[in-house]
Amino acid sequence: MVTADPTAPMLQMHGIVKTFPGARALDGVDLEVRPGEVHCLLGQNGAGKSTLIKVLAGAHQPNEGTILVDGEPITITDPVTALGYGIATMYQELDVVDGLSVAENIYLGHELARAGFTQRRSLTRRTRELLERLGHGDLSPHAEVGNLSAAGKQIVSMARALSHDARVIVMDEPSAVLDSGEVENLFRVVRELTSQGVAIIYISHRLEEIREIGDRITVLKDGSTVATNLEVADTPTAELIRLMTGKAVDNTFPELPGVPAGAEPLLEVENLELADTFSDVSFTVREGEVVGLAGLVGAGRSEILETIYGARRATGGTVRVGGSPLRTGSVPRAVRAGIGLCPEERKSQGLILDEAVYRNITLPSFDRFASGGFLNESAERAAAEEQVVALDVRPTDVDRTVRTLSGGNQQKAILGRWLVQGCRVLLLDEPTRGVDVGARAEIYALIRSLADAGAAVVVVSSEIEEVLGLADRVLVVSEGRIVHEGPSSSIDEHGVLDLVMEGSAA
Amino acid sequence: MSGQQETGQAVSETEQTAPEQAPDETSSGHGGGRSALLQGSMGRNAGLVLALLALGAVGYITAGDRFLNVDNFMTIFRAAAVIGVLSIGMTFVITGGGIDLSVGSVMGLSTVWASTLATQTMAEDTHWIVMVLTALAVGTAAGLVNGVLIAYGKVVAFIATLAMMVAARGLAEMISNRRTQIVEVDGFLDFFRADVLGVPVLVWMFALVAVVGWVLLNRTTFGRRTVAVGGNPEAARLAGIKVQRHTMYLYGLAGFTAGIAAVMMLARTTAGTSTNGLYYELDAIAAVVVGGTLLAGGRGTIVGTVFGVLIFSILRNVFTQNNMSISAQAVAQGVIIVVAVLLQQQFAERSKRKA
Repeated sequence: MVTADPTAPMLQMHGIVKTFPGARALDGVDLEVRPGEVHCLLGQNGAGKSTLIKVLAGAHQPNEGTILVDGEPITITDPVTALGYGIATMYQELDVVDGLSVAENIYLGHELARAGFTQRRSLTRRTRELLERLGHGDLSPHAEVGNLSAAGKQIVSMARALSHDARVIVMDEPSAVLDSGEVENLFRVVRELTSQGVAIIYISHRLEEIREIGDRITVLKDGSTVATNLEVADTPTAELIRLMTGKAVDNTFPELPGVPAGAEPLLEVENLELADTFSDVSFTVREGEVVGLAGLVGAGRSEILETIYGARRATGGTVRVGGSPLRTGSVPRAVRAGIGLCPEERKSQGLILDEAVYRNITLPSFDRFASGGFLNESAERAAAEEQVVALDVRPTDVDRTVRTLSGGNQQKAILGRWLVQGCRVLLLDEPTRGVDVGARAEIYALIRSLADAGAAVVVVSSEIEEVLGLADRVLVVSEGRIVHEGPSSSIDEHGVLDLVMEGSAA
Repeated sequence: MSGQQETGQAVSETEQTAPEQAPDETSSGHGGGRSALLQGSMGRNAGLVLALLALGAVGYITAGDRFLNVDNFMTIFRAAAVIGVLSIGMTFVITGGGIDLSVGSVMGLSTVWASTLATQTMAEDTHWIVMVLTALAVGTAAGLVNGVLIAYGKVVAFIATLAMMVAARGLAEMISNRRTQIVEVDGFLDFFRADVLGVPVLVWMFALVAVVGWVLLNRTTFGRRTVAVGGNPEAARLAGIKVQRHTMYLYGLAGFTAGIAAVMMLARTTAGTSTNGLYYELDAIAAVVVGGTLLAGGRGTIVGTVFGVLIFSILRNVFTQNNMSISAQAVAQGVIIVVAVLLQQQFAERSKRKA
């Protein structure tokens, strides 16, 4: 399958233009992919990456431009044609069917059947072969996909691409749903694939990943290619950020002013325990302090936040807010005590997407804008507008549906929700997930300014760099236990990883 | 406004604020907010008004003055009143992300319980209000049982209310021995069968329930909670809203409106029987959905529901005026439901694209 000349591009896109009513999503994109390479596609949200993928996948037809496979111009009219040319796409939200087995998922849509009867034996055999090609012979073809982790589902999705004899696999932020260990495994599989001549178009926000796995980079900005075929090895990160944002970014984290000596403890957690998840969790957060919880996905960090917040019922331990004990196990009680949570899954846990921004901001507090059960919407709107201005949420129209806001602005709206409520303890679970590079710095600055204004903040993030850069103090969580506690200056990324890996190996 | 938004869900819904779309964003800046929402709901209501007018025109063309006269309109409204009250309760349940298949049966049970010999004797001895209170209590209690099962027992609403639908009907048969219980309390009949200002009391009751329902849904914390719970129960829970308790209240409310409908049914037919309200739940759901309330929850409209109820009542009236069969009526009803839902999806699609 590998072409004779290994540097001859297998897939080329030239001058691709795609317009939508009122918007020019792609405005002259060039891309060139060689067999067996990992070609990274970089760009901020809105740069046109997803539209480009959809053009490749056959979901959109470009208005202008040419696509060539092996030097021959082709037209991709629909997803089936795309697969016919060997172009397979792995979307971020994996399109697997939970109720079917691994094998059934892989051959979904092109079932091995004779006269309408599925051929179970050859299905199993060929599934095994595909899984072995991916280095995952351990995965049973009969396992139900719904029981697999996100990482497992990705393997299924990749095997499906291979089952179509894919020569290019587009991976849209495949690492977003994985923890560090799983990411390593993903990279192993990617290397396996490229050594077989399969090209990967790899999309990620995480520059360090691209450094590790990528061969060449194409950068998109505002719908057009601003740089293409950069060698990963020769391109410094600062240059990439400059290309993506159009401006130089050096230090994205705000200065840590240090917590004043006499600061009162606002949140005190003592021996908190949730059976089978975490135990013996104790820490204190003072006013003006940001405490970060670092660790792997599944280490129990989100659960710790949710238990403090009362969304899960603790099996032991105590929580005190501003000195007075909080009976855990009830969200309304926690909210009344002044705790606010920005949940990990912003869209599914945080927002009512089709409701107006102001109603999302006042979701926990609209009772206060009512008398005798009757709402005073103008007061509500005014309170929301105040936060929109204070937090610089854009656009500023609070009557817009929150769905139309970008990730960063949605996150600000949720933060604003707790400020309206007057919370002094903020629990932030993955506050920058799905937020693009430019907006991240804003969120960081915002979190810092909330702390400076006297809030006690707990941040959970899978990005160790983020925890270290943002927090005054860092707790490393591994296997449901705190294995390290200290100022963020006392430990570096390697140190955290060492602790985490040690813990999970034990 | 952006194609990326329209199709971007699998990848990222956050591409909105991309610089290239900035000019477009400002142009739709006004449209994107409250005014557009208003336009949207007015657009939907305009569609419903149009459908009503079209039906009216058909009525006038085919039946002439027999259709277009005050008495006939009162007949239409009186017929609409009972289903109408049930539909208001149903609007809350559906907006809150649920469904209630039991309201017809619960209404039937309430009519039977409120018209037993014992209840009527007691009413004769004291006051006819006893019958009303009985109907309301029975309806509300049945609704709360639904609510407890669904909110705290975690039984799927469809199943819990299906069980109630069957059981309430059975209980009504046991109590009434499948006999028709004639209402003989004159005070009750005199009150509810009267006209006020030329309009039947039953129609006034429907109007009152609709107005109270509208205020409750649109102007109170109860209504806001309903929309929040239906729009995203997890987000509502994590914002500190007591989702379970509110869900229970919603089914209690549906039961309460079934109780009111039972009183109206007793007045209209002057009899309590176990077959009262058969299939009314389906008519109520149809009216709510045709009116524009999202079956998935999170958005509800009382005005739409009232229109939905009227559309079906006028349809029935036009068919009756022209001596057409009940079966043809049923077919037309089915067609209307499907067309309404198809139009609704178009609207949803378009508003999403606009967003």
